[in-house]
Amino acid sequence: MFAYWMLHYRRIWRGTFVISVLNPLLFLSGLGVGLGALVDRMDYVAFLAPGLLAAAMMQTAAVEAMRPVYRAVRGSYLAAAATPLGPGAIQRAHLSFQAFRIVTSGAAFVLVMVLFRVTGPARAAPLLAASLLTGLAFATPITAWAVGLDRPQALEALFRFGIMPMYMFSGTFFETDSLPDVPRWIVEALPLWHGVELCRSLSLGTAAAGPAAIHVTYLCVLAGAGLVAGAHRYRRRLHA
Amino acid sequence: MTDVLVRAEALTKIHGTGLTAVDGISFELRRGEAFGFLGPNGAGKSTTMRMIACVSRPSGGSLSLLGLDPVADGPRIRARLGVVPQEDTLDDELTVAENLYIYGRYFGLRRPEIRERSARLLEFAQLTEKLDDRVSALSGGMKRRLTIARSLINEPEILLLDEPTTGLDPQARHVLWDRLFRLKQDGVTLVLTTHYMDEAEQLCDRIAVMDQGRFVAEGSPRELIEAHSTREVLELRFAPGEQEAAADKLGGIAERLEVLPDRVLLYADDGERALAAAHGRAVSPITSLVRRATLEDVFLTLTGRSLVE
Repeated sequence: MFAYWMLHYRRIWRGTFVISVLNPLLFLSGLGVGLGALVDRMDYVAFLAPGLLAAAMMQTAAVEAMRPVYRAVRGSYLAAAATPLGPGAIQRAHLSFQAFRIVTSGAAFVLVMVLFRVTGPARAAPLLAASLLTGLAFATPITAWAVGLDRPQALEALFRFGIMPMYMFSGTFFETDSLPDVPRWIVEALPLWHGVELCRSLSLGTAAAGPAAIHVTYLCVLAGAGLVAGAHRYRRRLHA
Repeated sequence: MTDVLVRAEALTKIHGTGLTAVDGISFELRRGEAFGFLGPNGAGKSTTMRMIACVSRPSGGSLSLLGLDPVADGPRIRARLGVVPQEDTLDDELTVAENLYIYGRYFGLRRPEIRERSARLLEFAQLTEKLDDRVSALSGGMKRRLTIARSLINEPEILLLDEPTTGLDPQARHVLWDRLFRLKQDGVTLVLTTHYMDEAEQLCDRIAVMDQGRFVAEGSPRELIEAHSTREVLELRFAPGEQEAAADKLGGIAERLEVLPDRVLLYADDGERALAAAHGRAVSPITSLVRRATLEDVFLTLTGRSLVE
């Protein structure tokens, strides 16, 4: 079924490229040039870029896990469920495609970061791995949620009240250390904050084993929980 | 030896909401026959089909398909089934050929094999010239024919059709019936649900009449009509407000009398004689019609309700 998603993607890849790569890059250049004029430009771009990378991974994951899943439950999943493919195979195929989308968007982003010397070439591989993990930590739980969804309005609500605020307030644009205690605790409990911190520390070369392990564990647990919940919900939805 | 392809005993489905959709039905489907589940919306037809298609686990009773257990061997059974769902699940954004290719891949078929079968199936579905068109450009009838062509890509032993012509215009329905009739002639075992009695009469060798999750009758269309209806039916239509009074005067003329919202039905072996008797009682309908009894009448007799409400 992975072939199905790829065939589909061939028709729409230009649009998704704009959303997941071009938009954050424009953001980066705009903010980098604009705000960078006020602070030390190169330092701020180096700080901002990995934050935007993590946020872009979240956004790509959300875009791939919301409407496509909601629609597939009413179309292509049903078609596939009537064939030898079971709910597990259908889930894995879609997840593979989501991972492909996350990795390719992330790779384009990281490549630009390396070309502009925002990060070093040696840091590219771990950075890409961290961005994939960040994306998956969103892709699997959102997919599990969208599979059981009955009304499309909820998708809009998640984007507006979940994804967008997280994009803005998870330390993507600023140091969370500067926040007062309570907002800081809230921000640091958010999955994107862990993604941003992990990507940023890897990109700047400041990663320390302890915090990195916490971020990786947090994101892995989230991705794993989404996978397990998804397996259950795919089965319930497609083989009720 | 295994001429029985599907065997169900006391098959039951209780949904998570506690609703009993299928309530202990038993049946056997034999190779090469066309079997229909006839009933109104909510009778349990689609749920029964989903259990036969191995995408819904029975809550009780037993079900065996092609000699296998649908719970343990779901994928193996589904590999030998063709499914035409009630709602089209084609991909509108892909072409006709791509839809067939993807579906063939789900069955593990290789590209040359799919290409060869697609050509044959599109010819059968009268869609050859649409090969490279996007599905979104097809009419409702073409989409249904494509869905049927798609369901045959794995050369299934049983073809399941859930309300195959619902929502189609009369012309498209007749084209579709013609295609299904050809499949039947070719020896494909057809299992279909419908709430159109003419569809059931045209296509099915045997029918199970379903109501509220149960079978209320089973047999060939002819057997059902003979067992549960008179040979002919007299239909009388009256001006608004006059129907009840007229029905009171018609007592005893026919074996049975049914008052529907828009007409009165009189069940009699000789419809013309019943009409003459009605005129003799000074009843003056706006229109009258003598026709042969159909499965609709069987359903009405058995359940007291119309099939399409």
